[in-house]
Amino acid sequence: MHMFGYYLELAMRSLKRSPGLTTLMVLAIGFGVAASMTTYSVFRAVSGDPIPWKSSKLFVPQIDMWGPGQHGGDREPPDALDYADAMALMRDHRATRQSAIYLISPSVIPAGAGRSPVQANGYGVYGEFFPMLDVPFQYGSGWSADDDAHQSAVAVISDKLNQQVFGGGNNVGRTIDIEGKDYRVAGVLADWNPQPIFYDVMDTGGYSSDGPDVFLPFQRAIAVNMTNSGVNECRDSPAEPGFVGLQHSNCVWIAFMAELDGAGAVQRYRQYLDDYARDQQAAGRFTWSPNNRLRNLPAYLDHMHVVPGDTKVSLLVALGLLIVCLVNTVGLLLAKFLRRSGEIGVRRALGASRSAIYAQFLTEAGVIGVGGGVLGLLLTGVGVLGVDLVLPIRLVGLARIDPALLLLTVLIAVVATLLAGIYPTFRASRVQPAWQLKSN
Amino acid sequence: MQIKPILAAMRHHRAGTVLIALQIALTLAIVCNALFIIQQRMAHLSEPTGIDEANLFVIRNQWAAQSSTPQIDAQIQADLAAMRQLPAVRDASPSNSYPLRGGGWDNFITLMPEQVQPTTDGSVYLGDEHMIDTLGVKLVAGRNFRADEVGRIGLREDVFPPAVIVTKALAERLYPDGSALGKPLYAMSPAPSTIIGIVDLLQRQGVSTWDTTYAYQSLLWPMRLADPHGLYYIVRAKPGQLAAAMREVPTALYAQNRMRIIDPKDGELSFAQVRERAYDSDRGMAILMGIISIVLLAITAAGIVGLTSFWVGQRRKQIGIRRALGATRRDILSYFLTENLLIGCIGVVIGTVLAIGINLWMVTQFEMARLSLGYVVIGVIVLLLLGQASVLTPAMRASRVSPVEATRSV
Repeated sequence: MHMFGYYLELAMRSLKRSPGLTTLMVLAIGFGVAASMTTYSVFRAVSGDPIPWKSSKLFVPQIDMWGPGQHGGDREPPDALDYADAMALMRDHRATRQSAIYLISPSVIPAGAGRSPVQANGYGVYGEFFPMLDVPFQYGSGWSADDDAHQSAVAVISDKLNQQVFGGGNNVGRTIDIEGKDYRVAGVLADWNPQPIFYDVMDTGGYSSDGPDVFLPFQRAIAVNMTNSGVNECRDSPAEPGFVGLQHSNCVWIAFMAELDGAGAVQRYRQYLDDYARDQQAAGRFTWSPNNRLRNLPAYLDHMHVVPGDTKVSLLVALGLLIVCLVNTVGLLLAKFLRRSGEIGVRRALGASRSAIYAQFLTEAGVIGVGGGVLGLLLTGVGVLGVDLVLPIRLVGLARIDPALLLLTVLIAVVATLLAGIYPTFRASRVQPAWQLKSN
Repeated sequence: MQIKPILAAMRHHRAGTVLIALQIALTLAIVCNALFIIQQRMAHLSEPTGIDEANLFVIRNQWAAQSSTPQIDAQIQADLAAMRQLPAVRDASPSNSYPLRGGGWDNFITLMPEQVQPTTDGSVYLGDEHMIDTLGVKLVAGRNFRADEVGRIGLREDVFPPAVIVTKALAERLYPDGSALGKPLYAMSPAPSTIIGIVDLLQRQGVSTWDTTYAYQSLLWPMRLADPHGLYYIVRAKPGQLAAAMREVPTALYAQNRMRIIDPKDGELSFAQVRERAYDSDRGMAILMGIISIVLLAITAAGIVGLTSFWVGQRRKQIGIRRALGATRRDILSYFLTENLLIGCIGVVIGTVLAIGINLWMVTQFEMARLSLGYVVIGVIVLLLLGQASVLTPAMRASRVSPVEATRSV
């Protein structure tokens, strides 16, 4: 330990002796690490698990209701469900919890006379949606299976809509005017807008800074003809017009999520989906054998490519920059260390071992690493704050600075610089004491 | 200039030589690809839409009360009449979308009713007889819609127009011999639509990679979208009166009927804003790649300066001896410049291979185009010049070493 202090002093002295070279190395490490960490902060935000404690238990069933030759090359079933299949899965209720989900954008009239209507985005869901996804409530709660069955006029609203309509506060039990009809507020959400928006990737593409404002019972929303405001994909034009026509068609527009506990449950659910598709085949609705998927949430997000290609390319290019910075540092350290061949020769002649030389020069590399790390911290801070200027609007605000990112920045700077220092140090330790003394 | 002694010296400083060459190679590989990405994105975001962007804006109008299709249609017509009367407004049209919105209504197009494989794909715009004048697109053949041809379409109604206007790009794709006018097409419709007019240029609603295949293939349907969700109003201001028109229109609409929602945040967008949003990821990538390239070149240059300075310092005695033996300052200078050029050449050869390799890999991973060799050539020239420029200062210092150095022992 006492030797380390000595090496530290030697390092500081050596670095002060060539301030230009030292600055150059610190700048290289700082910029390299900061570019990598800034792009990583974006990558981390978009590729993160939105519900890490539960994602392995959440599954997305996909059913092939279109048949072979309708998927543009591969045999992947559609990314969402049609109405008939979604309702069959809800009726059979084979998972611990499950919910069909569809995007709605009703108008809401704020309480008080003469106020202009506001538009609210939200979802028609089943009551199990809330406990299944651990949705946090500020006041009240979701609704019961009974409410689902009776198509009760209940609503869960966001804190934002609660502010807009009632001016905030606990308004559970009060009435809210949605699309000209009265609903009882069952719950007010706490701040909840997980990214990626894993329960509705098809409509949102994964990211939106605006969270959902309102949730209504799925069957209630269908009953009052609240049309789907999200994407629908069709292979044939629906036979009948209107929202009812969409429900009777095999167009896909409904997201679905199921909670399955344990491998056995997953296996049984898979079997159930196959049996269901086989029944449809027997009934003549499908003329092909079962072609289903049951991916857990991380696999499904990967399948939907929620991480934008640009984010990956940026991260890779920034890592390339870091590598160049490291090669640069290796060269500069080599020059710096070998310039002191004389000093090394004297130290070796006076009895310093090779490992002592190693310790001394790696300490010096480490000091540069810390310097680069500190600069990297500052630049990463600037980078993460500034990166929103170059991000597409839907990703703005996602990248964040947190202790883990800061720790990683310094860690990478120090470790990378130590790695860069290994070869120059090895060369320094090979300096022959006798030769140096002679030539001087 | 003799190459041999330089090669001998390089063998002596093998590690340094390899490191500089490697740095140049990696920098070249990354910068080539970054420049290529910048060029691709810039080209993408400067594609014209074909419409009068400077004077256009769009309103996303949502209905707040549930009404029947005929009621909504009547309200739309009242809205249009109100807007067209405003002093700052030249014209207005109802629509389902607008160019660069980021995707939307899209139909496969066939030439025969029973055709299984579609001929191509077209971006569908609904509009009335004012649509062409509102957008400011040029009719190059045929005629505009007549008012009596404009129908209405309710939510998910299977209504198909007997007459359509298409873009030149779509007309040429469907009828390459140039005979599209008066011919039929089927846009996922059971009955044919006749092409009554052809407009010069009208960009699609989306500009994603998927859309690129069908760029500028759009068609206009003479219809008002009487959907309970709402619709878009495309408004063309009189020249120079965009700001005034953008103030007047929402007020006039709310005065017409309060039961609507025009989002205060992004319910009304000037076309400049639309363009900015449509290409935000392209612009962002171009800027990011630019910043990274600049930092990369700066770091590489600084590295060359640092390492060459070290070599100069190390070889003062040898330089002194050469000077004492009659070498001129110019000889010393050109020695270091040539040395750098040799290392640079090794670097750019490796770098070219790397650049192409990285690009080929990215093509398979990220829907990217093949790198054109022009970028590699530009990159090679930039890096060789950068190397020469970086080495100049230390080489000048070397050339000033006096022959007396040869006689000094340290």
